[in-house]
Amino acid sequence: MQTETEWKFTAKDIAEKPDLFLSGHRACAGCGPATVLRLIMKAVRGPTIVTNATGCMEVVSSIYPYTSWAVPWLHTAFENAAANASGIDAALKILKKKRRIKHEHVDIIALAGDGGTYDIGIQALSGAVERGHDFLYVLYDNEAYMNTGIQRSGGTPLGASTTTSPAGTVIPGKLEHKKPIADIMVAHDMPYVATASPYYWRDLLVKVRKGLEVNGPAFLHVFAPCPRGWRSDPAKSIELSRLAVETCIFPLWEAVNGDYQLSTPSKVFALAPQKKKPVKEYLQVQGRFRHLFTPKFEKLTEEIQRVTDERWKRLLKKCGVEQRAKTTA
Amino acid sequence: MKSVVKQEVLALNGDEAVAFAAKQSDVDVVAAYPITPQTIIVERFSEYVANGEVETEFVCTESEHSALTACLAASVTGARTFTASASAGLALMHEMLFVTSGCRAPVVMAIANRALSAPLNIHGDHSDTMTERDSGWIQIYVENAQEAYDSVIQAFRIAENTDVLLPVIVGLDGFTLSHTLENVHVLSDDAVKRFVGTRKFINVTNHEGKTVPFKLDPNNPTSMGPIALPNYYFEFKRQQEEAMKNALKVIQDVNKEYAAISGRSYGDGLVDAYHVEDAEVAIVCLGSTAGTVKAVVDELRAEGVKAGLLRIRTFRPLPVERIVDTLKNVKAVAVMDRSMSFGGNGGPVFHEVRHALYDAEKHPYIVNYIYGLGGRDTSPMQVRKIYEDLQKILRTKRVETRVQHLGLRE
Ligand SMILES: Cc1ncc(C[n+]2csc(CCOP(=O)(O)OP(=O)(O)O)c2C)c(N)n1
Ligand code: SF4
Repeated sequence: MQTETEWKFTAKDIAEKPDLFLSGHRACAGCGPATVLRLIMKAVRGPTIVTNATGCMEVVSSIYPYTSWAVPWLHTAFENAAANASGIDAALKILKKKRRIKHEHVDIIALAGDGGTYDIGIQALSGAVERGHDFLYVLYDNEAYMNTGIQRSGGTPLGASTTTSPAGTVIPGKLEHKKPIADIMVAHDMPYVATASPYYWRDLLVKVRKGLEVNGPAFLHVFAPCPRGWRSDPAKSIELSRLAVETCIFPLWEAVNGDYQLSTPSKVFALAPQKKKPVKEYLQVQGRFRHLFTPKFEKLTEEIQRVTDERWKRLLKKCGVEQRAKTTA
Repeated sequence: MKSVVKQEVLALNGDEAVAFAAKQSDVDVVAAYPITPQTIIVERFSEYVANGEVETEFVCTESEHSALTACLAASVTGARTFTASASAGLALMHEMLFVTSGCRAPVVMAIANRALSAPLNIHGDHSDTMTERDSGWIQIYVENAQEAYDSVIQAFRIAENTDVLLPVIVGLDGFTLSHTLENVHVLSDDAVKRFVGTRKFINVTNHEGKTVPFKLDPNNPTSMGPIALPNYYFEFKRQQEEAMKNALKVIQDVNKEYAAISGRSYGDGLVDAYHVEDAEVAIVCLGSTAGTVKAVVDELRAEGVKAGLLRIRTFRPLPVERIVDTLKNVKAVAVMDRSMSFGGNGGPVFHEVRHALYDAEKHPYIVNYIYGLGGRDTSPMQVRKIYEDLQKILRTKRVETRVQHLGLRE
């Protein structure tokens, strides 16, 4: 097991640790998911096998005969990252028992986008978690199917314009709210579930490490801006991953054995609600929400604010945090 | 030549024979999902696990798609893997069949052949595996429970041969074989273990230019299942085809080697011929139907009719030369297909055999009988009728109907 000091991922530590997700991949400039992968691979603790669902991160990192992966890596299909992990886990267990591999322990990380998790992959994920396989599932959430050209997924937020939920003259982009995937995973009674955002990189790294150290399945939901799909400035991806936390659109928390806990970056906004920013600040810098700032559809930003507040309130309750009155300060 | 080892006789149905073979083959991982008529395989295997009779990690997945995925992933991690399915289950795996062969993962899968919906039907025909004909899996169809047992053991040797590295389907007819009790000669655990041996890995070059074994190994990282653009994809597929060609010899070698310890061989492993050498009329078929046909051939031979049977045991890779060679003196051939190719000119086995014969020196008359769909029984009388039809073709020198349906209410 790791010592407390090893838990402290300092900027220096991180800079000095060799990359396991190598440069030279083909991701777009400002790609949030690619940043997330690079960070995640800085937090691994020992021998690790990565398995990847079909999607942007698989495609940009494995164009034959090149690879960005300095660890053993497997892609098989779109909907089955968790089933890959199940098979790897089963194999490692028995090969170790039969003394055909020498490693005391090998960590398994399964990576998938929102499409491969919220939608097509949820069955394999739910099954693998129910069976208790020992792996960390990382959902990098860029809120649409980016690899196939920005189509809506169950993780696409209300009002976002995608190529299958386009903002038209009658319909203002996606009509449904984002599925609360991390809560669904908590409902599986699994040992570790957390959300993270690359701006708060230290929080992210610690959560990756915690997820790996847990015995059994762990689920990490990471916010991952996609400038291509969000019609946002590639230079603003990390800023957006901060704004999402500051507006409480994407709060950071963890649930250890089902017990919710607000993470430090989000705690700030619970303790000092006046610091919580309006969602408009987050929405207006992204082209996918542009239509929400026309008179016809502007009511939707209020709806987004309302649901964000409601979900935030519910989360605080689950975390046992009392929100102070907004008027203090 | 090694001498035949001592064997025990057990009363097993086809599914139990398969499960027993998998148990003896020192399988590391089994991931499976139940479906009739395969269910007994998974059930028996679960019992072995529950009673500590096997050193196998058993993953009872939430679907067939995940079952094959887990087998594939376990296989590329270095484990020997086995699964079983049928019909709708195989169809749900369809995508992963291609991925498994493309990843060159030597998974072995028993299929208790069953019809596909709609209408829903749980009984035996070959619609399920025929649909997967071009998925890059080796396909072996067995005649009885004994052969099911023997073939599962052989399948690991074939799949894991480093000149092959392809997944193998062992198909046994649903209910006719899967649920019917037979006397099955089984080898000792030791003999099977010695025969299957430990899995070997080929070496490949990884991203650092290092020569490493072809598996997920933290000491020797490789990337598996990458994306290949038009500049490389085609070459991958060509290599799979080459591996299929290699399999033709490997299957024959394994059949021979297995015969040496068990005393049992199935033709040359590719085709199993019965009285074809001097036959004028012959039937070509797969699977358990061969048993019925053989009985009819015996009757006809006693009556002086020169009848024969060619059972294709290995359907993929198709042993084209062996088919041509075996049928070279036959004057009229009937191919029996236990599945349909809707809108095609006859069933898939017919297509394959007729196509193979195109390059032969002499072309026999060749007709097709679609039969036994959804478990419809095929009687010796019906098989006899086929031979009579063939004799009539020879008398009249005319084919009246190229494709017919056997035992169907029209
Ligand atoms: C069974 C199946 N259906 C559809 C596809 C096409 N497909 C490939 S990637 C993808 C979207 C991936 O989206 P997501 O999981 O959000 O990852 P991202 O591309 O955004 O990284 C789709 C629809 C596929 N590969 N397999
Ligand atoms: S489309 Fe988006 S997720 Fe995909 S590589 Fe580009 S920025 Fe990254």
